Amino acid sequence: MSVFNQSRKNVIRLILISMFLIIIIRLLSLQVATSKYKILAEDQGVFRKVIYPDRGIVFDRNHKAILQNTIIYDLMVVPAKIKGTDTATLCNILQIDTAEFRKRIITAIIKNKSYRPSVFEALLSEEKMAKLNENMFRFAPGYYLQERPVRDYPYDAGGNILGYLSEVDTNFLKSHKDEGYMIGDYAGKTGMERTYEKVLMGQRGIEFWKRDNKNRLTERLENGMYDTIAIAGQNMYTSIDIELQELGEKLMENKLGSIVAVDPKTGGILCMVSSPTYKPKYLTGADRKKHYSNLLLDPALPLFNRSVTATYSPGSTFKTLQALVGLHEGVITTDFRVACSGAFYGCGGGKPMKCLDRGVFDLRGAITISDNTYFATVMQKVIANPAYPNQDSSLRKWDNYMYAFGLGHKLGIDVPSEKPGNIPTPAYYDKVHGKGKWNYCNFRSVSIGQGEVNVTPIQVANEMAYIANKGWYIIPHLVDSIDGGDKFGMLEKFKKKHNAIDIPDSVFEAVHDGMQGVVDHGTGVAAKVPGIAICGKTGTVENYIGLVKQPNHAFFCGFAPRENPKIAIMCVVENSGRFGGTYAAPIVGLMIEKYLKDSIAGKERKAKLEQLSKLNLIPPRIFRETQRRDSLAHAKDSAYLIAKGYIKMIKDTMGMDASDEEDALDQMKKEKELTKKEQKKTPDSTGTRNAPAGILPDEKKKPLKEPVDTTG
Amino acid sequence: MYQRDNSIGKGKDWILIWLYVIIVIIGLVCIFSVEYKSNDDFFRSLFAFKKTYSKQFLFFGISLVLATFILLTDSKFFTATPNLLYIIGILLMMATFVVGKNVNGSKSWIPLGFMNLQPVELCKIFTALALAKYLARNDTDFTKPRSQLIAAGIAFLPIVFSILQNETGLALVYFSFLLPMYREGLPPGYLISGASLGVLLVVTLLFPPKTLIIALSVIAGITIYFMKRKIKRNKGLLVVILGIWLAATLFVGVAVPFLFRHVFQKYQADRIFSMVGRDNPFVDASTATITAPEPTAKAGKDDKENYNVKQSKIAIGSGGFFGKGFLKGTQTQGDFVPEQNTDFIFTSVGENFGFVGCFILMLLYFGLMLRIVYIAERQRSTFSRVYAYSVVGILFFHISINICMTIGLAPVIGITLPFMSYGGSSLLTFTILLFILIRLDADRQMVLR
Repeated sequence: MSVFNQSRKNVIRLILISMFLIIIIRLLSLQVATSKYKILAEDQGVFRKVIYPDRGIVFDRNHKAILQNTIIYDLMVVPAKIKGTDTATLCNILQIDTAEFRKRIITAIIKNKSYRPSVFEALLSEEKMAKLNENMFRFAPGYYLQERPVRDYPYDAGGNILGYLSEVDTNFLKSHKDEGYMIGDYAGKTGMERTYEKVLMGQRGIEFWKRDNKNRLTERLENGMYDTIAIAGQNMYTSIDIELQELGEKLMENKLGSIVAVDPKTGGILCMVSSPTYKPKYLTGADRKKHYSNLLLDPALPLFNRSVTATYSPGSTFKTLQALVGLHEGVITTDFRVACSGAFYGCGGGKPMKCLDRGVFDLRGAITISDNTYFATVMQKVIANPAYPNQDSSLRKWDNYMYAFGLGHKLGIDVPSEKPGNIPTPAYYDKVHGKGKWNYCNFRSVSIGQGEVNVTPIQVANEMAYIANKGWYIIPHLVDSIDGGDKFGMLEKFKKKHNAIDIPDSVFEAVHDGMQGVVDHGTGVAAKVPGIAICGKTGTVENYIGLVKQPNHAFFCGFAPRENPKIAIMCVVENSGRFGGTYAAPIVGLMIEKYLKDSIAGKERKAKLEQLSKLNLIPPRIFRETQRRDSLAHAKDSAYLIAKGYIKMIKDTMGMDASDEEDALDQMKKEKELTKKEQKKTPDSTGTRNAPAGILPDEKKKPLKEPVDTTG
Repeated sequence: MYQRDNSIGKGKDWILIWLYVIIVIIGLVCIFSVEYKSNDDFFRSLFAFKKTYSKQFLFFGISLVLATFILLTDSKFFTATPNLLYIIGILLMMATFVVGKNVNGSKSWIPLGFMNLQPVELCKIFTALALAKYLARNDTDFTKPRSQLIAAGIAFLPIVFSILQNETGLALVYFSFLLPMYREGLPPGYLISGASLGVLLVVTLLFPPKTLIIALSVIAGITIYFMKRKIKRNKGLLVVILGIWLAATLFVGVAVPFLFRHVFQKYQADRIFSMVGRDNPFVDASTATITAPEPTAKAGKDDKENYNVKQSKIAIGSGGFFGKGFLKGTQTQGDFVPEQNTDFIFTSVGENFGFVGCFILMLLYFGLMLRIVYIAERQRSTFSRVYAYSVVGILFFHISINICMTIGLAPVIGITLPFMSYGGSSLLTFTILLFILIRLDADRQMVLR
């Protein structure tokens, strides 16, 4: 029988072999023919974990850390493990109700599944953190605290200089394509954090991790063979004197304006105050969004770095430069005298340009008492200089002087959002008046720093450094050196002296004489500091919003000491009214004293400091706008949309490019809802809510009826 | 004629033994790669018998001891006791209904303390022996339908119990006894029609009907072309071929879609398709209206099976030609493939050792089976031959279905890969199965009844 069926063994063998072939062919198609499964496997099996290095630390000129890193904590939750924890206590500490608790847990489960950790509350405030830390044992193991590095500001000053970090947006990602940023990353948005982003950021590391079926990271792929190590950001040493900065911010409290001080020898910025400012801590850590939206909507524009972005007419501070031009062009000598009989009549009729002190002045005297007629005459002579064929070329020559002084163009400082200011050109006047149809009398007010000329505070401070150095400046900058070397060549331009026009020292001496006279017995006596030879110049700047004349801006700029100058400084107090000597000069005096003598000496000076600090010079329009904004936020349905337009306006004004506006709006919306709820709860409430305080305590917001003239 | 061997090794088929040892060791390595995490202390856990690989190591030890015992047993024992063993096997299977332990939804396990015994596994051996015993009887004439029916009864009786225990996959294994019966003279029609129906069913799940109808027509055309002469002599053959073609086409093109559209509930259809890792292709507007609300538990299970096959394909496919290297498989290490150390152990071969590794393993497995076929044919006794073919049948069914299900060619029916899958029951069963054969083969000069 078995012989009969012997051939069947071959059939069986055939079956075996064909199955073998089927399997092998299928394996070939799965494993060799396509890489689809490899990609699928990598997608789910390998995780590319980005390791963020510590950002660089920033030091001031005395090697005090002014920007460093600290840790705050996120409360994390693993929903699968929270059974049996004391939810009530937790809610109590976090000040949330059970509904909110449930909502957060459900969100966590939806986002990350219940066996993976999710953030329950991000960036815990110090208070909550302290309470939680004590009770953490009750919430383990479902909850735990996770460190998160954030920026820390030990001095709580210089927010506008240091800047802040914010989440990158799509525009940023587009413009920094190849630098490894991803959605959710933070990058410097303003200030030094932005300019030196590359330096401070360091180099990100990448770790490849194996991931399991529940998306948990298990271990390094190949023991970290393909990993890149994170390199910490470089530390930076700046020229900032943080104490001077603090003093400046104190003096500028309750005022709009700016103080910029520069070391003339190095171009290093000693302080850069923009007022109102904000606590830099506001824009890091907990409640960041809330603070941000308040700051953004504040009509006093605390996020706006006035020192580099605001442009003003320079006013009388411009006269010093006219003196330089006049002397170097040879159209006047130091002995050139002009008589002021009450106004400048060099252009015949029309609106005369008034001068305050009648009399006959030489150059030094004219600077000292800031005589308008004198400088109007000087510029007239420059423009009408017979050495040049026509007024086009002579104005162009004058423009070149201004450019050499650092005006009319961006200086190239290492603070973002710098504005170029404006110096009028012949082409401009051709456009306005028609070619050849203009003459000096059309723009004579430029000679005294009004009209078409515009400068930023940093440009004025730089111009003072230029005069102090007798003919050269170094581009003002914050960063002196970078730990571990300037790898990106960012500091090279801050080593070069700029002296486009060679003006002899004697010319400067004459101007210095005049400027010293200003402080010693001229318009700026309020800046006087005993024992220091200060050269200065006041400015009282007329300004308009639309066509409405506003109170004058007070300007004072100068440098000290006269021999071997160590500080060049400018101060502007917006819409303070009165004269430059009244408010700006004493502030500069105190700043110079602090910097050169290390402290403010004597009771009288200290009292003056306090008095100036308390002095409220914020123009009433700001309060009107604050009220308008608050009522906007109140207006029921349209508020949101109106605010959208409002924010655009603010954005345009401030020259900001990247933005968190959407977040800010959301925050505002939330607050509005909250307010509504509160109002529902307490129907007898008046319905007015506390205006977001912005940055000023309420009692300080009331405008003073009449500013006290401290200089007498 | 028969002489008692003094040495245990004499007359044993060492090729088979070595193939067995190599495959079991590969299995151990794979189970190790599934379980091992880089921070494990290998030696400590190996002898603590807490990890699956160390347990499997223990089972391997037990298997070797058992194998030695079998090799030392008189081969007459195996010819004398099949009927008794078969009855014991059936009784054990019945016992599961009383003392059975519920594992993964099937109540087919008897807890023995140190391990769980699955009688349906053990019963394969007893059935093989009983079938061999029956076919080797002098008065059995296998050409008679009555004998064929009795043989089928012996082979298929455990299926009833197995299905009652909710172990459909293991029940199907008993169909592999068709192979020795075919070898002993069962008309090929049974085997062919059974196999082709199975294949047809599987391919209908795998491919769209249109493709299949075209393929069937091509096959029919080719058959007719090659059988031209035979058909000329016998017109009836043409009718038969066309009849088969028509039946198959109707089955593929009409019956199956009708079944999935109108007979099965949507979730049932989904589940069947998910067994091969595909989405239900018969979902359309007409069914959408009839579908009953989907029971979520069922849906969960569908997803799971679909997920199994997808993950399994990803793991194997990502291995590439040379594999990722031992312990470097991200899918294996990440526990992406469920039940990876039992039914899906082949995925770790595929991922860690790639196509080369799979190819070598396939050579070993099919080498083993072809070797058994060779051994079967050199037997003088029907008993040994039938038993050997039973072993081939069981191994073939397990290996091909298990591997096909990991690469998406067969539905996931939950049967183990012989000698490699983790589990004492499976390893011991196959060891006993194989070593009884080796023992019988050592006495191949004898005519055993």
